[in-house]
Formats: sequence, C-alpha cells, structure tokens
Amino acid sequence: MPEVHLWSGLRALAGGREVVEVEGRTVGEILDALVAACPGLKEPIEAGVSVAVDGRIIASARNEPVNPDSEIYLLQRLRGG
Amino acid sequence: MALDEYRPQEGDEAYEGPREFRQVGTRPDRPDGFDKVTGRARFGADMYAPGMLHAAILRSPHAHARIVRLDTSKAEALEGVKAVVTRADFSKNVIFAPGTVGEFWNILENIMAGEKALYDGHAVAAVAATTPLIARDALKLIEVEYEILPHVTDVDEAMKPGAPVIREGAADRSVPEGMHPNVVRYHESGHGDVEAGFAEADLVIEDHFTTEATHQGYIEPHACLGTLGADGKGELWCCTQGHWYVQKVCAALLDLETANLRVTASEIGGGFGGKTTVFIEPVALALSRKAGRPVKLVMSRAEVFRATGPTASASMDIRIGMKKDGTITAAQGTFRLQGGAFPGAPMEFTAMCAFACYDLRHVRQVGYDVMTNRPKQAAYRAPGSPMAAFAVESVIDELCNRLGLDPIEVRLKNAAREGTKASYGPTYPRIGLVETLEAARAHPHYAAPLKPGQGRGISCGFWFNYGGETSVSLALSEDGSAQVMVGTPDIGGSRASMALMAAEVLGIPYENIRVTVADTGSLGYNEISHGSRVTYASGLATIKAARDAVRKLRQRAADKWGIDVEAVDWVDGCAVPSGPNAGDFDPLPLAEITKTMGATGGPISGHFEATPEGAGVSFATHIVDAEVDRETGKTRVVRYTVVQDAGKAIHPTYVEGQFQGGAAQGIGWALNEEYIYGEDGRLQNPGFLDYRIPVASDLPMIDTVIVEVPNPGHPFGVRGVGETSICPPLAAIANAVSNAAGVRLRDLPMRPSRILDELEKQRDDA
Amino acid sequence: MTKIHVTARINGDEVEFLCDPRETMLDVLRDRLGLIGAKEGCGTGDCGACSITLDGRLVCSCLMLGVEAEGREIGTVEGIAEGENLHPLQRKFIEHAALQCGFCTPGILVAAKNLLERNPDPSEEEVRYWLAGNLCRCTGYDKIIRAVLDAAAEMREAS
Ligand code: FES
Ligand code: FES
Repeated sequence: MPEVHLWSGLRALAGGREVVEVEGRTVGEILDALVAACPGLKEPIEAGVSVAVDGRIIASARNEPVNPDSEIYLLQRLRGG
Repeated sequence: MALDEYRPQEGDEAYEGPREFRQVGTRPDRPDGFDKVTGRARFGADMYAPGMLHAAILRSPHAHARIVRLDTSKAEALEGVKAVVTRADFSKNVIFAPGTVGEFWNILENIMAGEKALYDGHAVAAVAATTPLIARDALKLIEVEYEILPHVTDVDEAMKPGAPVIREGAADRSVPEGMHPNVVRYHESGHGDVEAGFAEADLVIEDHFTTEATHQGYIEPHACLGTLGADGKGELWCCTQGHWYVQKVCAALLDLETANLRVTASEIGGGFGGKTTVFIEPVALALSRKAGRPVKLVMSRAEVFRATGPTASASMDIRIGMKKDGTITAAQGTFRLQGGAFPGAPMEFTAMCAFACYDLRHVRQVGYDVMTNRPKQAAYRAPGSPMAAFAVESVIDELCNRLGLDPIEVRLKNAAREGTKASYGPTYPRIGLVETLEAARAHPHYAAPLKPGQGRGISCGFWFNYGGETSVSLALSEDGSAQVMVGTPDIGGSRASMALMAAEVLGIPYENIRVTVADTGSLGYNEISHGSRVTYASGLATIKAARDAVRKLRQRAADKWGIDVEAVDWVDGCAVPSGPNAGDFDPLPLAEITKTMGATGGPISGHFEATPEGAGVSFATHIVDAEVDRETGKTRVVRYTVVQDAGKAIHPTYVEGQFQGGAAQGIGWALNEEYIYGEDGRLQNPGFLDYRIPVASDLPMIDTVIVEVPNPGHPFGVRGVGETSICPPLAAIANAVSNAAGVRLRDLPMRPSRILDELEKQRDDA
Repeated sequence: MTKIHVTARINGDEVEFLCDPRETMLDVLRDRLGLIGAKEGCGTGDCGACSITLDGRLVCSCLMLGVEAEGREIGTVEGIAEGENLHPLQRKFIEHAALQCGFCTPGILVAAKNLLERNPDPSEEEVRYWLAGNLCRCTGYDKIIRAVLDAAAEMREAS
C-alpha cells in the first residue's frame, strides 16, 4: 500500500501520525482514502494540497497514477508569481 | 472502475532526449515588437468604448476603522455622475471561510470594504461619471463616518498578546491552540532530528532576519474597461496575468454565469505575480450594470501602492550547524510572514524553499501566516522564496567566513542533486543546482580581482515552478501559415517562444506563425500566467497541438497516396513515406496539403487541453560584486552574473531577459525598496519617488549564463525561468556587503542609514 | 467648467482641441487625440512612461497641462518612425529584445532619440544617466542600454 507522508503541521490532524498507509491507484483515490482514514484532514485537503509522487510535484491533477511502492508527500498547494 | 480505465494524465510528457533543433534555441524578433516600438500596442488603459464612463474609487485614509455611516447621496446628485457602488452592490452569496478556503470572500472584502476599513487605501465606494475629473470630484462628496480602531502593521507586533485583532475567526485549523487570532495559518515540516544534528556541528550560527514588504512595481497600473448589462451578459478588457481567473472571480462576486462574461486580456505592462488576482474589474462591472454604460477604471500609482499586492514582509530565525570541512549538519528556520488584512502570506513556500538547495539529514522549518492592517499581499515572483534565501544564504556565508571556507565549494559539498531527499519532503529527480554552481565557479567573474572597498557575494536560490490547466488551439490556413491560440497572457515575449515551438514541430518558418492570446470566449480554460508556467505548460500544449495537426496532415497525405497513415512521416514540413516499403512518393509540403484541405476532409487544426504536471524545479547561483561607500553608507552593485538552469532555452534572449529582470528586482529589494508605514498606520511612500526601484544609472550590465539540465517532464526539456532569478540577489548582495565592509546586514533593505549604523557599531567594537 | 481652445503641432501635424484647464497633456494626447503611445505609469513625473518632446525638449506629459501646448511643437512615439520605416532605435529595440512587456518602451524611445539628437556618441554611463528618469521593471536595463548604444553606432555610420 502506498505510504503518504504528511507535513508536520498536518500530523496533529491525523492523530499524530507522520505516515499514513492508504489504498489507492491515483492521487485522487489516495486523497479520498486519507480523508476517510483521518477525517481531520478533510479541511486542509479541501483547501487544496499538492502531492509529490516519487519526487514529481503534482500541483492539482487527481488522476495521476500512483504505484503501491510510490513515495508520496503531501505539500501545501503550489502557486507562483 | 476497472483498472484499464485508468490512464496517465494527459500532458505528462517525458523528455524526449537530446536532439538537433532547427528553430528552438534561435533568437528571432518577437511578433509584437513592431506594435510595441511604434506605440500601437494596446495595454489595459488603451481601450475606449462609445458612451464610456470613467470611474474612480474612494479609499479609506485609516489603517483600521469601523464604517459607521456611508452616505453617497450628494455624489449621486452631482451633474455627470451616472452610478455609485458600495459593498451592497456585490453578491451576498460569497461565503466567508477561515484561512485561504474563503478566497473569493477575501477578494470581495479586499476590493470593497464591508463593515470595517482594514488598511490605509482600502476601497469603500466607487463612482462612474462622464469624465475622469467629475468622477474624482464626486468622491469628495461621499460622506463616510469612521470609528477609528487601534491598528498594527508589524508582523511581530501583530502576534503579541493584546495586539488589535484584524478579524476573529480567520484562522484555519492548522494553527496551534493559544496563538493570537491574527495568526491564521501555520506550517511545519522537515525530517531528521535537528538537535542531534546541531550536536555534530563544529560551529552553529543562529540569527534573526527581517525583510520589508516590496511591491512588484509593474510600470502599468491596473486598468480595465467593462460592460455589463442588466441581462447578466458582459464584456471585459483588462490587464491581467489570467483572464479566465478574472472571469471566474467577477462571475462569483456579481452573481453572473461565468460563460456570460467574456474577458479579453490586453497587452500587459508587467505583472510579476501582482496581476494574478483581481482588484478593480468587478467594481467596473458593477458600475456598468448600474449605469447601463461601459465603464473604464484605471488606478493611479498611489492606489497601486496602497491597495494592490505588495509581497509579504518577514521576520525569520535561522539556525545552521556546520562541520569544519563545510558539511552542514542541521538547519532550522522559523518564518513569520504578514500578508496584510487577509490570510495568504506565502509562509509555507518560504519554509519549503528555505533549505531546498541542500542535502540535509536534519532539517526543520516552521511558518506563521499573520494578518496586519496592510493591503492584501499578492504573489511576487517566486512568492515567499527570496526572503528565505536571504536569511539562509546569509547564515551559510557567515559560517563559510568564520570557518575559512570557499562559499562555492561549501555549497557544492552540500548541494541537492538527483536522489537527494528535499528539505520539503520528496526525493529530487534530475535537477541542475550543481551545474549552476560549477558554471559559477568556472566563470571569469568568480576569479576576477576586486578593487579596494569592494566585496564579492554569492548565493543560490530555488523555486518549484508550476504547470496548471492549459488549452491551446492551432489552426492552419490554406496558404500553409498557422495561427496559434494560447490562453496565457504574454508577459515577457512568450508568443515568440510559442511560435518557435510550433514552427519546430510543423517544420514551417517562424514568420509563418501568428500566436494570439485568445479571449475567454475563444478557447478552453487556462490558468493564470504564474509560477513560471507559460513556456513550460503553454509550450508543451503548443507542441502537442501542433503534433495533433501534423497527425491530421499525415492522414491527408496517406489518403492521397492510398497508404496507411502509419506509413507517413513528417520531416521538415513535408509528409514523406516512412520507408521504401511505404511506396515511392515525392515529399508533400504542408502548404500543398492545406491548399486543398477544404476538399479533402475539411479544415485542419490541432488542439490540446491538459493539466501538465511535469514542471521541473529550478535553481540559480548568482555572483555579485558590491562597493560600499563608508562615508555615505551607499552600496553600489558593480558587477553581476546570473547562472541559472533553464532546462532548455527556447528563445535564449528572452531567457536572459528573465534572468536580468529578476536580478534587478532582487537588487531593488536588497538595497532600496520598502513599504514604510507611519505611526498612524498610513503608507508613507506610495509613489516611485519615495519607493525607489532601480533606475538605469543604479545598475551595471547583468551577465547571464544559461545552464541546460533538461526537465524530465517536458518533451524538449523546458523548465520555467521566470521566478528563480529573484531569489539569490538579496543574500548575494548582503554577502558582498559583508565582504566589502565587514558588516553583516540582517534587515532589508540595506539602506544607507542601516549600513552607517553598522559601520558605527564596527568602529565602537574596534 | 468652460473648456479652452488650443492649437498645437503634434508629430508635424497641426492639431486643434478643447480641453479642461485641469487636464494634463498626457490626458489630452490619450483621451482627446487618440495618441495612446504615451503611457501613464505614475502621473507624478517619476517614471518617464509619458515622455514626449516639447519644442525639442524632453518632458513628462503628465506634468504638463494641455493648455500649455498652445502654439508649441510636440513629438510622441507615434512620430518616431517615418512611414513604414522604423527608426534605427526602434529596430535595435526589437533586435536586442530591449523590451519585455513594452510599457516603458514608448517613453524610453522618445527619451533615447532625444539623447542621440544631442549627443550622437554617448558613453554607456551617459545613456544610463540620461535614461535614469525612465523606469523599466522588466529588463534590468541591460538590453535597453545595448540597443541604444548599437543604434547610436549605426546612426553615426550612416551619417
Ligand atoms: S506618467 Fe509621467 S512620469 Fe510617470
Ligand atoms: S519592458 Fe516592461 S517596464 Fe520596461
């Protein structure tokens, strides 16, 4: 199962966990599964997060594929100037 | 859903490897050059409509005040006034929410005050009249009774117990218990055990840094011309970095159907992030709806300074440990950013970018987003990153100095590279920091002798870059020329880059391609031109749209020849049989195919829509020589070199232009530019005379070195280049000043008075 | 308020207009005469985007009243090219990519042309100081200075 790393600010909302294992084949499924596993994450995820999958930063697309052994990090939603 | 229904996101393109380009990498003249040197180009304020009215906005003179009474009747009665609007004329359906979730509410509250004026310059009412002079006269007839409230404009003050509360309930749930209500968002990230890391260090330096708010300083003030009928249909012309976003925001704030508002982006006189949001467009439309006539609204320069986005100001604590051999053992940073009277200061980017250049086992960063009585901050070139680079790269320089180490060698030793776990979490793919450092080390500038009184500084910088929603259409004409419609406003010559990429794929001359920035009614959704995304994302979409057209061209040739389309290749602008087995046919040029396209299956165009997610991160290393006048405290930049990774430079001249422009803005931030607030909370310097951006006589030539480490996420290897160049200058100059005068400036800007103070302390210590 | 009748020569053409005594020359050019080449970047004489020539002298049109144009000769960016032939400065600006957004460009071209009329062989420093009143936020000035020096060299060769 993919492991999702939370930035430390999120950990309080996920029962202190730094890494959450959830089932999912796309970024969108992973995010939905995260909210199901840790309802506290609903608000920040809805506010917008970016996701790094194996080092590639996915700014917004939910249909990006994820492998069972992918390294996944939640990041705050990116934007620029 | 069955597994086979999943497919990778459209627009995820892998780098296709090195190749010989015919057009990409050349430096043709830009397509809009002629219009811009003859005065024909039309910017935001250059549009006129029959029956047009002129608008003006009344702004609060107070930093924080309750609006007790607002009476517009006298203004409405003035001859020539056709409409007056206040907050009551905007949607009641825009919902408040904490943090940045309620961004539309934040925008509405910012462009027209509700119950309180939240900063000096906050809009409270607007007028449309037959002439600009009448509109301005009418503002004086609007009566506003204010109850003045205590205010706060400094980030550290705003966090203290007892500081005036800007807005209760604005904090989201990331904020730890017990913080002041002005702290509205919180960020924490990192890995390892920093205390263990510091214990391994031979030298640990901990320091406090501040940077003031600076303005993007585009020379063109915000301007628009809007028409909105009582039938809910409208047209809007405006200078913006993203007209689809303007469309969306205006529709929400005025209860319109999005598609009924067509927005056209004018030529844009600079943006740098400051035109990624909305300030005046809904106001012009609301006035137009009320008056039944087109309304033009143009900001004055003072309004631009008082009420549009400066960047956030920052207060930062940095702690870094280093071994005698230059290895960084641990790094820690706390970043407090104020972004005005609304949530949204980019503290998470400050935190995430701070140590992104280095390979660190132990790193930790904390960020606070703080509200004050200042204008709502807006993005400014790599938002949040330059201040972090200033603080972090200053401390690294100080460590190098005290340990007697070369600043480039130390950075190389610790540099992030492919496989490094980034300070913000994930593992880096192929990146180009090491290459920029090596190129800087090899540059003659780094070895050039310095004159007495001069010092040399170097600094690195980082920015993420961005992809975003993108649509491009390409239509072929009968004569074989091509029109490309993109949706990202051209802020620095991007039309030339798009034409080069289309020409490369189609195999026709650059001159035969015209690139237009389409209006919202002519193309699918496009996100704002921000995050250095244009050459990357619109470029990728242009390549794909051109390939879509090429596929159709090949099909026409296949039909003509009676062979399979797979047996047709596209080479140098011609369809050719793919090999001896495909048949023996003469190459069929593009213009031959388009000449008869109407009769062979209809018009040929190519399209592409996607959200490309392969924007590669970008790094830069800058070298600067500065001279400090010990009498006056004035710092002069005498030589400057930018080295940056562009992935692949499509139009190298415009890449250089981005490098130079970013460096110049960074120099201004470092030395001169700052928002100055008085005791009364009013902005003291809302004009170019007192808010001094660099002028031609302040700067030397700015040398550039384009490093090309291909982005794995773009077919040609492109990385965005627009933003990273503003990150290193702040620290590079501070480091140069330190080496020139022996004083370390920890507060920006390094204005002469601050340098003199430090020099005095130096004398006292001696 | 009663308007005042003004006659002036602009880019060689005789022009008549009515204007409010409070109106600036910049507003008259743009809003009354349709000459939108001059830009308003500040309205206070600090940015140079509104640069024009008044009887051959470089001025900020935002600091001049429309009524002051009476009987005077005015030059704007629209008058720099001769028909379809661009002035060498204009060509060099395109060639050197001396503009990014191009908003400062009209003012800088008017100012640079005025410099080269006075001093056909300026040093880099002289160009930098002459253009110090023309703000450009996009380019860092590097390519602007090169374009002006290159145009000056070409014009010297041609004459
Ligand atoms: S608009 Fe006249 S100097 Fe700026
Ligand atoms: S090119 Fe944009 S201000 Fe000069």
